[in-house]
Amino acid sequence: MTALNRKLVRDLWALKGQALAIALVITSGGATFVMSLSTLDSLKATQAVYYGDFRFAEAFASMKRAPESLRLRLEEIPGTDVVQTRVIAPATIEVEGYSDPIRGQLVSIPDHGQPLLNQLYPRRGRLVDSARDDEVIVHESFAKAHGFVPGDRITTVVNGRRKRLRIVGIALSPEYVFPIAPGDFIPDFASYGIMWMARTPLEAAFDMKEAFNDAAFTLTADAQLEEVLDRVDDVIRRYGGLGAYGRTDQVSHRYLSEEFRQLEQMATIYPVIFLGVAAFLLNVVITRLIRTEREQVATLKAFGYSSAAIGFHYVKLVLAIVGIGVVGGVAAGVRFGQGLSGMYMEFYRFPFLHYVLEPYVVISAAMVSVGAGLTGTLYSVRQAAGQPPAQAMRPEPPAKYRVSIVERFGARRWLSQPARMVVRNIERRPLKSLLTATGIAMSCAILMVGFFFSDTVAAMVRIQFGLMQRDDLAVIFVEPTSRRILHELESLPGVEHGEVFRAVPVRLRSENRDYRTSIQGVEPEGDLYRVLDVDLRPIAMPPSGILLTDFLAKFLQVGPGDNLTVEVLEGGRPVREVTVAGLVTQYVGVSAYMDIDALNRLMREGRAISGVYLAADSLHETAIYSSLKEAPRVAGVSVRKKMLKNFNETMAEQLLTFTFFLTFFAGTIAFGVVYNSARVALSEKGRELASLRVLGFTRGEISFILLGELAVLTLIAIPMGYAIGGLFCGYVVKSLETDLFRFPFVIAPSTYAFAATVVLVASVISAMLVRRELNHLDLVAVLKTKE
Amino acid sequence: MAAVQNGTHPGVVFEARGLTKIYDMGEVQVHALRGVDLELYSGELVVFLGPSGSGKSTLLNILGGLDTATSGKVSYHGKDLTRANDRELTEYRRYHVGFVFQFYNLIPSLTALENVAAVTEIARDPMKPEDALAVVGLKDRMNHFPAQLSGGEQQRVAIARAVAKNPAVLLCDEPTGALDSKTGIVVLEALERANRELGTTTAVITHNADIAAMADRVIQLSDGYIVQIERNAHKKPAKELHW
Ligand SMILES: Nc1ncnc2c1ncn2[C@@H]1O[C@H](COP(=O)(O)OP(=O)(O)OP(=O)(O)O)[C@@H](O)[C@H]1O
Ligand SMILES: [Mg+2]
Repeated sequence: MTALNRKLVRDLWALKGQALAIALVITSGGATFVMSLSTLDSLKATQAVYYGDFRFAEAFASMKRAPESLRLRLEEIPGTDVVQTRVIAPATIEVEGYSDPIRGQLVSIPDHGQPLLNQLYPRRGRLVDSARDDEVIVHESFAKAHGFVPGDRITTVVNGRRKRLRIVGIALSPEYVFPIAPGDFIPDFASYGIMWMARTPLEAAFDMKEAFNDAAFTLTADAQLEEVLDRVDDVIRRYGGLGAYGRTDQVSHRYLSEEFRQLEQMATIYPVIFLGVAAFLLNVVITRLIRTEREQVATLKAFGYSSAAIGFHYVKLVLAIVGIGVVGGVAAGVRFGQGLSGMYMEFYRFPFLHYVLEPYVVISAAMVSVGAGLTGTLYSVRQAAGQPPAQAMRPEPPAKYRVSIVERFGARRWLSQPARMVVRNIERRPLKSLLTATGIAMSCAILMVGFFFSDTVAAMVRIQFGLMQRDDLAVIFVEPTSRRILHELESLPGVEHGEVFRAVPVRLRSENRDYRTSIQGVEPEGDLYRVLDVDLRPIAMPPSGILLTDFLAKFLQVGPGDNLTVEVLEGGRPVREVTVAGLVTQYVGVSAYMDIDALNRLMREGRAISGVYLAADSLHETAIYSSLKEAPRVAGVSVRKKMLKNFNETMAEQLLTFTFFLTFFAGTIAFGVVYNSARVALSEKGRELASLRVLGFTRGEISFILLGELAVLTLIAIPMGYAIGGLFCGYVVKSLETDLFRFPFVIAPSTYAFAATVVLVASVISAMLVRRELNHLDLVAVLKTKE
Repeated sequence: MAAVQNGTHPGVVFEARGLTKIYDMGEVQVHALRGVDLELYSGELVVFLGPSGSGKSTLLNILGGLDTATSGKVSYHGKDLTRANDRELTEYRRYHVGFVFQFYNLIPSLTALENVAAVTEIARDPMKPEDALAVVGLKDRMNHFPAQLSGGEQQRVAIARAVAKNPAVLLCDEPTGALDSKTGIVVLEALERANRELGTTTAVITHNADIAAMADRVIQLSDGYIVQIERNAHKKPAKELHW
């Protein structure tokens, strides 16, 4: 081994604490990067394989009722390939020992074997036997939520008729990866059940003999989706067609795509911020580290080592440190990535996990880290090697100190001698001080980005359920119903008051932009469902015109006063014009709102309602629900409190796990940065401090000089970090906007406090470690040798 | 002497003309060299004397290619050092010059032996590092780190490091500054041997006027000028020196 390589190994060993801290920073940045992107890639790969292997349909159409013979006409449409007709029946489900309402769907599968499309992935048990009319297969998420095993029995109410069914199998389906109830925005596994039944018994139970009410298609390779959908619509119109739609509007797929998009945003922004911060810090730290070696660089140069050879020597040093970090980052990233993918897999109900680690993920993480380390290295080596060796070999010229600004402003007599040194040190090299403070500020900022997420989710829930949807129970009818039913419901014991609503599925169109959603007709003076303005104050519902969610208005590029085309997607499918009356702020989903009477007028129907919101005494909720579930026209009842709890749990599990990882890595980065700043300061000032000790300063005093500077910089860094963190959070909130969720820009005081606390704790620990080194400062050695 | 052209005089190793060095310290300018003309001849041993701050180290650094002059010209075997680029200077230092620094400048993370090896590894036809350390009497301390050596021992390692590569010129900045007279003489003998046996052109800075007796020529600096150049009619062997 050459002498220079020996030096490398020894330097690395001497730097081990610092090297480890730097490596940790890279590990954290890299792990975030690898974890997020590999999770995303894995989910996408899994989705693709699953969709392909289990023949997920490309288009769907539902209608009131069509004779089975219509299938041939659908097959004849140019562009359709395989057509699978089926019966889908909404059902209420009763599970013994579970009092909350459960909604569900019974989906038919052929009497024999797998369906042509949307095939089942059996997990337990078997497929149904068409000879028996009481056999069902249940979706795994529902089965798990209630602990069902094959052989268990459940009761369903279809069309007001109760039926006892026997579970023979448990399965998954690409159609219900995200098993979410219509109208919900987060799946509730326990209170929404997908079940499959053989076609013949389901036809019988749902009065659909020789008929179907839903079809799934695949398309030929050259087909144009829009054209095919239009043709399908033409064919099914007379059968009460509810509009054909592609995968993008299929509930599970759409939610999945939105979730993926959100995850993709998170998986890109967070790692980019993290790795960017890590790279910045690495650069700063390495630059300072190499700068402390400037005399050695000059000495080597004086003996005829070329700048390139010396540069290469330090490159190796940095590569060793960065290498450890990158390897650690990839390993940790893969480990956490698998955990995180596993968690998402649970949540999304994929049958298998296809974990992929694309080489580009590892390569980019390595390249960014190595690049950041090397620019720092080469810059400082070049600076040291660029000077004539004679100059670099002298100790740095005695620094030009001045009476500091703070002192000049009259604080002088308040400051002790060591305190003056602290202030002068900071002011003497403002750029260096600024960089150190920026580094610490960055770590504070990324802590905020990780942690503020729970604030924004909490705010979202508070706005959605505290300010907008304030009902305790929502009753939804199978089809538009007369308003008279309100009085019936209000007379139930425990019901305090009720408000009606009408929901109409529509496609809103403005020029060439369109969006599928529903118009919610609500009571103008209602208290249970309110819409909010920008300042989150309830808006009075205008007597005419439509209110749009601000996000939707932006998407459709319309504003108040503009006209909008409404294509109704039910009944006679009328097409109407409405005027945008105003905008509303809403963070969950994308809707349009009208006065219920105005909506009824628009539909040219009587005073029809789709459901009722109830305010109820919580003690009576179960009783109210039991009396409702068998009411013939009731399609389902949802309990707000339940939904809220479920939302909080699911959100907590899904998003907060992700942000927990982030926060963990951010904390590590914070520690790495602060510790390094302290260590570099120590190596830069070692001689000076040793000299002071020799002159009779106590350990406490020299610690104060070194650590006081760090403390001042940390205190400056925290507000800086708040500002940078605010920018990062704003950016995150902006990038995560989807039509499913938008996150309000809210940073709670607890987040600020948390970020500051972690930074301070990291500083205190670093200070203690450095203080220990200071206590062992070898006065003689420091003074005897020149670094 | 003044008429000699660059590189035309066969015996001239270094030739300096009108060398100045000004350190710009912002408010003040330090004139370290104020116009130095000088030749060093092949195989001679020259001692530089002068009060502290007179510019000795500055001059030696410029000759060794460690620093650049503010104005004037230095050439080495006719090659203009003031105009050499970084690569040429590196090569010059690597293959031609052995340096002993006033502040030793050992690499703290390398042992005595490794400090010497770091230089011999890149030299042409060097001594073995162990032998170089033996010359300065440090063979038994070769595995010690600089921090474990006394100032004088560190200085001897620095000298071993300079002679080990068998350079064409040896530039020594106070090589005995930290040594007692006995060890100092051992070190000077080593320099003398290299000078005599290998014909190494040797320049030694010292504050010790006694050492001047072993030189072929003694050059006096004061305040950035050469004030006197003296040729020793009878130079003494290092062994006979004492102080
Ligand atoms: N890098 C520098 N910046 C500013 N001034 C310098 C620098 N190097 C040397 N000087 C100044 O130049 C002058 C000559 O310095 P030099 O080191 O050559 O003196 P010297 O003769 O070697 O003295 P000594 O015997 O004390 O080593 C001194 O006044 C010194 O302070
Ligand atoms: Mg000197």
